[in-house]
Amino acid sequence: MNRFDYVRAGSIAEAIAAASEPGAAYLAAGTNLLDLMKGGLTHPTRLVDVTRLPGLDRIERLPDGGVRVGALVRNADLAHDADFARAYPSVAEALLSGASAQLRNAATTAGNLLQRTRCPYFYDPASACNKREPGAGCEALGGETRGHAILGWSEHCIATHPSDFCVPLVALDAVVEIEGRAGRREVPLEAFHRLPGDTPERESVLEPGELVTAVRLPGEAAGFAAHSRYAKVRERTSYAFALVSVAAALRLDGGRIGEARIALGGVALKPWRAREAETALVGAAPDAAAFRRAADAALAGARPSGDNAFKIELARRLIVRALTLATAGTPERMPALPASVFAPASGDPLHA
Amino acid sequence: MPETAVTRIRHGSSIGQPLTRRDGLLKVTGAATYAADNHPEGLLHAVMAVSAIARGRVTHLDVAAAEAHPGVVAVMRPENAPKLAQHPDKKDNPFAFRLDLLQDANVRYANQPIAVVIAETVEAATEGARLLAPRYEAEAARTALDTDTPFVPPAVGAGEEPSASTGDVEAGLTAAARRIEVAYETPSQYHNAMEPHAIVAAWDGDRLTLDTPSQALAMAQGRIAGLFDIDPKNILIRSPFLGGGFGSKAGAAGPQVLGIMAAKLAGRPVKLVTRREQMFGPVGHRAQTRQTLRMGTDGEGRLTALEHRTLTASSTYDDFFEPSGGVSHTLYASPNISATHEAVRLDIGTPMFMRAPGEASGSAALESAVDEMAEACGMDPLAFRLKNYAEIEPISGKPFSSKALRECYAQGAERFGWGSRNPAPRSMRDEAGLLVGWGMGTATFPALMMQAEARAILRADGRGAMLIGAHDMGQGAWTALAQIAADSLGLDLDAVTFEMGSSDLPNAGIAGGSAHTATAGSAIHEAGRAVIAQLADLATNDEASPLFGAGNAGVIARDGSLLRRDDESRGERFSEILGRAGRAEIVATAKSASDPAARDHYAMHAHGAVFAEVKVDPELGQILVSRLVGAFAAGRIVNPRLVRSQYYGGMIWGVSFALHEHAVTDARSGRIMNASLAEYHVPVNADVPSIEAILVEEDDPHVNALGIKGVGEIGITGTAGAIANAIFHATGIRVREFPITLDRLLG
Repeated sequence: MNRFDYVRAGSIAEAIAAASEPGAAYLAAGTNLLDLMKGGLTHPTRLVDVTRLPGLDRIERLPDGGVRVGALVRNADLAHDADFARAYPSVAEALLSGASAQLRNAATTAGNLLQRTRCPYFYDPASACNKREPGAGCEALGGETRGHAILGWSEHCIATHPSDFCVPLVALDAVVEIEGRAGRREVPLEAFHRLPGDTPERESVLEPGELVTAVRLPGEAAGFAAHSRYAKVRERTSYAFALVSVAAALRLDGGRIGEARIALGGVALKPWRAREAETALVGAAPDAAAFRRAADAALAGARPSGDNAFKIELARRLIVRALTLATAGTPERMPALPASVFAPASGDPLHA
Repeated sequence: MPETAVTRIRHGSSIGQPLTRRDGLLKVTGAATYAADNHPEGLLHAVMAVSAIARGRVTHLDVAAAEAHPGVVAVMRPENAPKLAQHPDKKDNPFAFRLDLLQDANVRYANQPIAVVIAETVEAATEGARLLAPRYEAEAARTALDTDTPFVPPAVGAGEEPSASTGDVEAGLTAAARRIEVAYETPSQYHNAMEPHAIVAAWDGDRLTLDTPSQALAMAQGRIAGLFDIDPKNILIRSPFLGGGFGSKAGAAGPQVLGIMAAKLAGRPVKLVTRREQMFGPVGHRAQTRQTLRMGTDGEGRLTALEHRTLTASSTYDDFFEPSGGVSHTLYASPNISATHEAVRLDIGTPMFMRAPGEASGSAALESAVDEMAEACGMDPLAFRLKNYAEIEPISGKPFSSKALRECYAQGAERFGWGSRNPAPRSMRDEAGLLVGWGMGTATFPALMMQAEARAILRADGRGAMLIGAHDMGQGAWTALAQIAADSLGLDLDAVTFEMGSSDLPNAGIAGGSAHTATAGSAIHEAGRAVIAQLADLATNDEASPLFGAGNAGVIARDGSLLRRDDESRGERFSEILGRAGRAEIVATAKSASDPAARDHYAMHAHGAVFAEVKVDPELGQILVSRLVGAFAAGRIVNPRLVRSQYYGGMIWGVSFALHEHAVTDARSGRIMNASLAEYHVPVNADVPSIEAILVEEDDPHVNALGIKGVGEIGITGTAGAIANAIFHATGIRVREFPITLDRLLG
């Protein structure tokens, strides 16, 4: 068999030391990593199991009103934490729109950030892929590109980041807490993932051995709770990655938009913060014309990476939709089909 | 087999009762053993290495690296693969597919097996296969229908004529008041049973024991016997449960034979389980098609002409041609009909029978085109279909043995509420502002029947047994066939030992063509009658019996007794008759087959009507099938609960056909880029919110003694077209390429 070392770390320091060796990888739930290993797509020589590390599985209230989510908090546990979902409803909605119940019960906070792209060429060991083998080329270019990037891609890589969770997180200024040999540091989530450029194999700013220990949401982000939505367009009603998704959050001041947050998923190799769109909305009345202007601003730099020009128009329309939903207000109860266009307005279960 | 308790609803007859699956408890508790659950002593594991190119040859395998890996026992490849007695390309009937059994280094499609690594553990074999790091001499792959000049295949489907016609289509079109010409495309779809092709093979000299799923035990046994030059009797195939088959487990597929070869090479039992991505190539698929339909109608909406031209693809090395045009032979009345097929050869694994082969793809296109014709005539789609109702089978001119399609239309429409449909496209919305569309389609599938044999036993203790090598792919044969067995023996279900799913039992033919209940059921029925006739002989010739002199036709069997037909108060228990005769048991074997005279006289088909409601987001194009109502007439219903399940499964497959399933092939490499269940989409629960199946009563005195038609495939037909038509009705956009995806609806 494909032999590798397995190290169960007892402390963060031990984990970092063990994972600083070349070829090492952190293992949490393994919902992505183990599939990649079984498929012969990645070959870590050492797995450092962090699931027993103490203290990383907590959701903590912070003095500023924000929240720290430990790296090992399971996606389902976070989404169903009532206080968290009340303060950051779009994050909970995004989490519940992703994967399946079984996967959400296992998958962790940090693991979600670090999941790999779903580009079929990345998953096909016979295809050239700069992510798997730097310099090998990108066979997705000119191939089956329906789901690929429309923003921030390069001729070296046109893949997208598949996370739902990260999309509202990046909109709400989440911060990633990292520990490494050189100590602790913090990186805004917006700066955590890297665009491909000419080094698509480098997917985040993490240095060898560095461990994500928590994701923090600032207290002021909870100020959007009343007008905060996540909308996701996908090829089937559940258990599918986003073709395009949008997190939209608004602070309304007397009929005007005081502040807006917009991020897109499924469009780039990172969760895409649409700051120009946000700026365009400040001071505007929350109406369709303003939303369309914002959508145009968000997609101004978009270009198809293949047979996916429809995603640009789809993203525009979904921004308008998400902003419209956010303006209408966060629903009292989580929709039966979170983030779906088919969520019954009443919140009645679809399978009545 | 331990059994789930059954609820009895009606005394004296098992047929017709909605029994729950007798194997249900085993399955939900995990106690049912599927092929890969078997672990004989000394078992080795085999993993296939498959080709990353679609055309060319393998020039190098790093066998040394694989062999050096700890745990690897052998690397089977063309140089050392056991010699076969028969070339894997030998083909003596349409069901015998050419196989890739490491006969040479040539590659004919992506994912073709090119070596098998045998090891002590599945992990070692997996890593060994990876270490082979094949190198190739690749040629350009051909995977598109436009790649080559089409030819007319000698036969389509299971040996059917490629062309059929009546009248003069051109004249009919010329005379028409309205005409349409439309082309529909359907994609390659790959069988993905939950249980992949798996085998546990153990040799003992020239005897072979196999645990492997099979829809056709005797046929698989015969093929394997030929390949290894052993007596079929020396091959035992155990296949008590299949985790789905859908046509891909009808013969012995390549990976299964490779498992047998690996066991031979290693001299130990071997388990080989096809990996999910390896399901996309060596075990068949539904071929892509482009179907061009021309139709004309007179001023009242009667079809003056119907032409259905199919272009499809087979592999470069074998013949299977998707018979999409077959549905146009039977479904609508027109004096001028023509259905023809053409094909190209591509660098793909050979297509095969896949649930409703021909009917699924053909009806998706035909029902969509009929909707377009009705639209062109300004007619309600149901009224249009009734206007063109085929009272006799149009091309053959035969009457139908039974056809309750009118009742299907009526009951389905009533239940669905079709009457309140606003005919204008894009005219209906729900309270959330979503576009709502209603569409319908006609369902059809031939009522086939094959040969089978069964053995019935009555024992002195009054119990009975029925033995038949029948197959349960998940459809419920363990239950439905046992119900037929019980009635045939005049016994309560609990008093019958029912055995099936093994090749040492009488040959039950093929579980395919929606014909297994009719096929195996008829053999069971005949065997039961035969053994009861023997019992009647014993009783009616015995002066000590109250039945003496009644004549063997003058008695009936019920609840473990023989009764005088003319006086049911006079009777005798089976056990008493056998006891007095000093017989421990009596045994009868009987064969059954369809009646060629009846088939000469009658066209035999099941029919149905499917009504679909879809919701479409007006800006984002995302589609949801919100309601499906199907009404089906398929002769006698042996078990309404199981039949409803079959209809549900078929209709959900129709959702899959309409909206989800398609293999994404990279035109440059010929590789399938979505060969996993994460990316090869089929519907999930949320895609099927409400589904109903109505069982429409139909009495068919001609189709077979039991009056049974098939129910396994018809649910797909009609449904895909109904959904496509509903999408048009919702949006006003006609998408002529399956699956229908949201980008096409963005406007």
